[in-house]
This record gives sequence, structure tokens and C-alpha cells, in this order.
Amino acid sequence: MSAILEVKNITKIFPKVVANDNVNLMVEKGEIHAILGENGAGKSTLMNIIYGLYKPDSGTLIFDGEELNLSGPHEAIEKGIGMVHQHFMLIPVLTVAENIVLGAEPEGITYDKKKANDLIREISQKYHLEIDPEAKVKDLPVGLQQRVEILKAFYRKAKLLILDEPTAMLTPQETEKLFEIMRELKKQGMSIIFISHKLEEVLEISDRVTVMRRGKAVGTLKTKETNEQELANLMVGREVVLRIEKSEYKPGGVVLKVNDLNVVDQQGVARVKDVNFEIREGEIFGLAGVDGNGQLELVEAIMGLRPKKSGTILFYGKDVTNFSTRQLYREGISYIPQDRQTDGLVLDFTVAENLILREYKDSTYSRYGVIQYKKVYENAEKKVKEFDIRPPEYMLKARNLSGGNQQKVILAREVGYNPKLLIAVQPTRGMDVGAIEYIHKRILELRDKGAAILLVSLELEEIMSLSDRIGVIYKGQLMDILDGKTAAKEQIGLLMAGSRFDKTTLEAR
Amino acid sequence: MKEIFLNPQLWAATLAMATPLALPALGGTFSERSGVVNIAMEGIMLIAAFFAVVFAHMTGSAWIGLSGAMIVGLIVALVFAWAAVSLTANQIILGMAINIFASGITAYLLNAMYGFTGTPVDTPMLPTVAIPGIKSIPFLGQILSGHSVIVYLMIIILFAADYFLFHTNLGLRLRSVGENPEAAETAGINVIKLRYLGVALSGILSAMGGAYLSIGALNSFNPDMTSGRGYIALAAMIFGKWTPFGSFGAALLFGFATALSMQLQNTAFSKNIIMMLPYILTILALVGVGGKSVPPAADGVPYTPKK
Repeated sequence: MSAILEVKNITKIFPKVVANDNVNLMVEKGEIHAILGENGAGKSTLMNIIYGLYKPDSGTLIFDGEELNLSGPHEAIEKGIGMVHQHFMLIPVLTVAENIVLGAEPEGITYDKKKANDLIREISQKYHLEIDPEAKVKDLPVGLQQRVEILKAFYRKAKLLILDEPTAMLTPQETEKLFEIMRELKKQGMSIIFISHKLEEVLEISDRVTVMRRGKAVGTLKTKETNEQELANLMVGREVVLRIEKSEYKPGGVVLKVNDLNVVDQQGVARVKDVNFEIREGEIFGLAGVDGNGQLELVEAIMGLRPKKSGTILFYGKDVTNFSTRQLYREGISYIPQDRQTDGLVLDFTVAENLILREYKDSTYSRYGVIQYKKVYENAEKKVKEFDIRPPEYMLKARNLSGGNQQKVILAREVGYNPKLLIAVQPTRGMDVGAIEYIHKRILELRDKGAAILLVSLELEEIMSLSDRIGVIYKGQLMDILDGKTAAKEQIGLLMAGSRFDKTTLEAR
Repeated sequence: MKEIFLNPQLWAATLAMATPLALPALGGTFSERSGVVNIAMEGIMLIAAFFAVVFAHMTGSAWIGLSGAMIVGLIVALVFAWAAVSLTANQIILGMAINIFASGITAYLLNAMYGFTGTPVDTPMLPTVAIPGIKSIPFLGQILSGHSVIVYLMIIILFAADYFLFHTNLGLRLRSVGENPEAAETAGINVIKLRYLGVALSGILSAMGGAYLSIGALNSFNPDMTSGRGYIALAAMIFGKWTPFGSFGAALLFGFATALSMQLQNTAFSKNIIMMLPYILTILALVGVGGKSVPPAADGVPYTPKK
């Protein structure tokens, strides 16, 4: 086999950050080559260099035996490099065909719609990627939009296909379908670079894997000869605990008690129906369920962010049903919202400012309505260190941090003062192994200190490995509450799908 | 009341009044479809209106007046594009600055070049066109024939604009740049160049609209004679959902309101209330009466290419 792409000694420096540090990589013809690394390890930068979006500060690219000196993506495309970006580069209001041919339309002044559509049909048949060229992209599900992106590369006669975190936006079923497509493409001789931070995916689909860490390529391995633990260690740079060690479950008094809670949305549709549960000190209560089954509404109602139709909420026996969010904060309740960028942070505020969003009004940070910035920065300095927020510069806008570090800022704000109750919604969404491990560790620490934790997650693995008790929600109803130690995956899965049959059989046993 | 609507003059005036709105509205369609909000069209119209008179009077040719105005309009648009596209300045503030500048410079030059008497009375006008065949059709002929040549040019440009935007490869690219410049760039399209093109077209068409006011409908220039038409044109474009024919339709509607207010001036209706009609329509258009219009996704957002 010969190389389709050789990356030699590539270095790319951004202000303050060395994104790629003397990186070497060789991709062979017809292989699926995975690039594994945490967020911010420099994977995307490297791919953008290969695709001509960034100019490297030094180093060379050799593609198909020819040295590349790219001035822009159009040249990379011409040479036969195709890239599917993590955030799709599609124009929703245009049709599939228009999106695909854009920039390389069938020749002529007039846009030849018929010819474009025919060409797309031809390619989609050749690669077994069925699609309707005349459909508007905005009407397609995410999996099909990705297919449009892949077709875009093939329309431009790509010899190498770069897939940047292609599974990030996909459901498990769509991911499986994508892997089928990738295997089929490989059979046809296509070379593929697969970028990911998910170990299992890399192990499942790739032939070889190059691990990146902090801008460096730290090793290339044959997938068959490695395993999850080795890859995780390489990726993070130290021994990683993939299995969570949990201390003994010692529940204390009741912290939060939810009684007959009902929530309806703006359209009057019932979202939460007669939900009852309690959480005790030193306990993690996991709420499992398929997305959109009322988890968000339940949590937002508890947090005073959404009106309740009926029911009561008791916090240490005190009725807090009608408390405002600020009052709840002052009681010692913390909240990690699902969407860190829209609900968790003010992206254009500095890290320091984001760290005091809960307490800015308290006398520590505010005197006569004037923010005491000295105190704010002292606090920031401490928190940045304690929670290992990178880069450790609290004057940076939150927008400029990676997703994992943004989440650390929220964690520092919400967990840093030792709350009595933490409500965390998908706290590790879209994060990499190292960051997930860190956040899990923090949550467990909090539990061991005696706090109560309500953990909402779509990742069953996460729920099962952390929770002491597991509630399963389906269409707004709490189907059952299971013991975290003994609950089986299949059992939870059935409840998540709304089957109560399981419960009765369990009781009969 | 009835005779007002049966009077062909009302309808002829509607078309005439719609023209200086439709031209910048078509221009704005190009600009915003490429992702640049060009509120400087008001100022460009005004400057062009002035220079149309200057060039027409200097050379004795209204055609040179029109061409000169279009070139001036293009130059101002390119300055705007340089600041808005290349330097990614705030488009709204920049546009306002150009508009205030335009108002000042034209008032100053008017005074400096022609004194208090205003622009010379012997300034030539663009010709009107009597369309053979249509001219002699009763009623319809009176509405459609006999307008300034710019009215007919506008109709031709209208069809050309629609064809360009929705049926050519370049039009597709221009629209893609206004929707998602990053996607366009990764498809190998030069975002900056196309935005310059969009703004340049808006400048040229706004200039035509301005020239129509000074040497098409009249043969003189008055301070601030555009009186907000550049803005109303933007409203017409939004009303028309960023399409050439929609913009033209909205321009006709606004033109009709103006024409009606002129026809009603000698009736019992209050002139002042009637004069408000186009502006009330503008407000209604902007708050979304007539259907929610969705702007190009990247409209007004400066684009910085990666390095």
C-alpha cells in the first residue's frame, strides 16, 4: 500500500496557543484512519490545514505524491480532498442538488437544474447514498444532511474524505448507518480520515488510529492491536479510570421531595404528569429517559424556570414550590443546565464574570450595586486553578473556551461553593474522556460530602455508573424507580420505551 | 371618489412613483442576498441625484448625466463595501454615516456650485418614451406609455434581476454567500468578491433611482429630495421577501399610496393624513403584515475568512 496523504512536521501557532506542534501523519490508500484526541487537541486545526482553510506556519503536505501548497479550500477540492465538517457547511434554504454543486456548477452561465439533479442521482447511485436531489436541505434529518455533505465531496471527485466528528450530531442508529457507508466506501477504495473523541467508535470502524494530545501526534497504532484503555491513556497522557470507583451508598435525610408535580407547556400539552420522588443526602438520583420525555420540563419546573400546574416541592421540608430561581439558589440549590452555551454561560462575558453569575448580588461581590471586581478576580483566580480551567486566563471571554472548559466554568460556579442539592442536566454532553472523568469525579465528591444530586442524562451508561437510584421517565410519567446497584440495562431500556410489563413481572418474582 | 380610481393619471402616477423605489429595492435585493444590509442606498440616491444634474448640465446630455450618476453611485457603494465587507465595519452605522454625509455634501455643493437660485433651469431631462401600439389603447395606453425612459429600463432590470438571482450559477453563488458564507467558502467560492458585487449592484441601481428623481421626473435637484426613498425601498424589499418581483410589487403598492395622496389633495381628505400612507404601509411591512419574511441567514453579518 502507498500513502495518499503525508503530513510532515506541520506546526500552526495561534495567538497564545500552539495548535499543531510538529505533527506527522501518514494515511494510506484505502484505509480508514482515525484521529483520536480530546477537544482542543488540535485535530480540527490539522484537518483545516489539510483542507486549505488554515495556512501552516511550517511543514509540508504531500498528497497523492505531490506536494501541496494550498491557498484555500478550492485548491484542496481540486486536488481531491473532501471534507465533511462537524458543523455542516450546508445552506438550508437551497435544494440538495444546489448545495452539492455549489461552487462547481455544471458549466454555463445559467444554472442547469436538470443536469445538476441528474448528476447527483448518478453519484448517489454509484455510492449507494440515496437522496432526493430536489429536496430542500432544511427538510432533511441530520443523518441525510450529512449524506449531502459526503456527496458534495464525491461530486468533486474526492480521493480522500475527511470526516470531522461525524457522529457528534447523530443518533445511535444514524451512526450505525454511517459506519455501513464508510465500510462500503472503503471497499470501493476510498481513503477516509475519521476524527473522533469516542473510543468505541474509533475501535469499531478504523484500521489505524493516530492519537493527538495538546497539539502533538503522540502515536499511531493498528486498531486491531490496541484497546480502549491504551487509547484513553495516550489521549489524556496519564492513566485514565474508565470504570468509576464509587464509595459506599450512605443516604441521609431527605433533601428534595417532589409531590404530584404536573407541568404543561405553552401549548397546554401535559409534559410532566403526577411525578413523585425524593432525593436524600449523599445520594445520586439518576433520571433516565429518551430525549423529550419531560426531563427538561421537570427540572425547569423545580428550578422555578417554568410554571407548575400543580404539585409541591419541598426542600429540607420547607415548601419552595413558588420560590424564584434566585431564592432557590440562596437555599443552596445548584443547576447545570442542558445547554451550556445558551443557558449556562453568557458567552461574551469573561470567565471571571461568568463565575459569579449566581452570587454577583451578594455582599461579597457587590456594594451599593457596584460590582467589586477585585473580589471577582480573586474568586476567579482561585476557581480557575481549582477546576483546572484551560487556558487559565479568567479575563478570556467564555466564548473562546473549548466546550469542556466552558463546562468546567459552570461546574466551578455551581459546585465550587458546596451546594446542598445539585441538579445536573447532561453535564458531560459532547465532552471527551478526560473531561468526563473529571466531571464525574467532582459529582461523586459532592455526593460523598453529603449533597443530594439529581442527574439527568440521555447516556444510559452515565446514569448507570453514577446513580444510587434510577428513575425512568416516559412521556412525563415516572415509570419506576430502581436500585442503582441491581438495575439491568434491558430493564431500564424497556421502561424508557414505556413498558410497564417489566415492573409487574419483577414484582411477581 | 369613483372617478379618482377611473382616472388613468392615478395609475400612471403609481408606476412613476414606484420607479424610484423599485430601483433601489432591486439593488437592495442584490446586496442583502449577498449578506450586506445597505442602508446607504438613501445617501447614494441623493448623491447620484445631484451629480446627475451636474453632469447633465455640464455636458448638455441627460444620458451622460445618468451614466455619471451611476458611476458616482458605484464609487460610493465601493467605499461602503470596502469598509463593510473588507474591514467588517458595522453596516448600519456605516450606512447612516454615509447618509448624513450625503445630505451635507449635496447641500453644500448645491450652494457652492449654483448659489441660492438652485440648479440651472436649462438642465436637460431624460426622454420620455411613447410606446407605439400601446400608446393608442384607451386607458391602458395612458397608464403604460409616455413615461421616462428609466421606468422602462427598470422593468427590464426587474426581469434581468430575477433571472440572474434564481437562474444563473453566479446568482446561486451570490445567494449562498448571503446564507452561509462559511459554507460558500468551503465550496471554493470567493465570499468577499461576491459581496462587493452585491453592494456594487445596489449602488448602481440606487443611483439610477436617484437620477430618475432629478433628471427623469424633473430637471432639477433640491436638498434632501430623496426624502427617505432609500429606506422605503428597503422596506419594499423586505415586504417583497427579498425577491425582485416581490420588491417591485411592494414598490407599486407604496407608489400607489403616494399617487393616491396626490390625487386626493384637492378633496375633503386631509392632505397630511394621506401623505402618511406610504409611511404607515412601510411600518406595516416591517412588522410583518403580509406574511413573515425570512431574511438571508447571514444578512448583515460581516464575514472574516479564516487564515
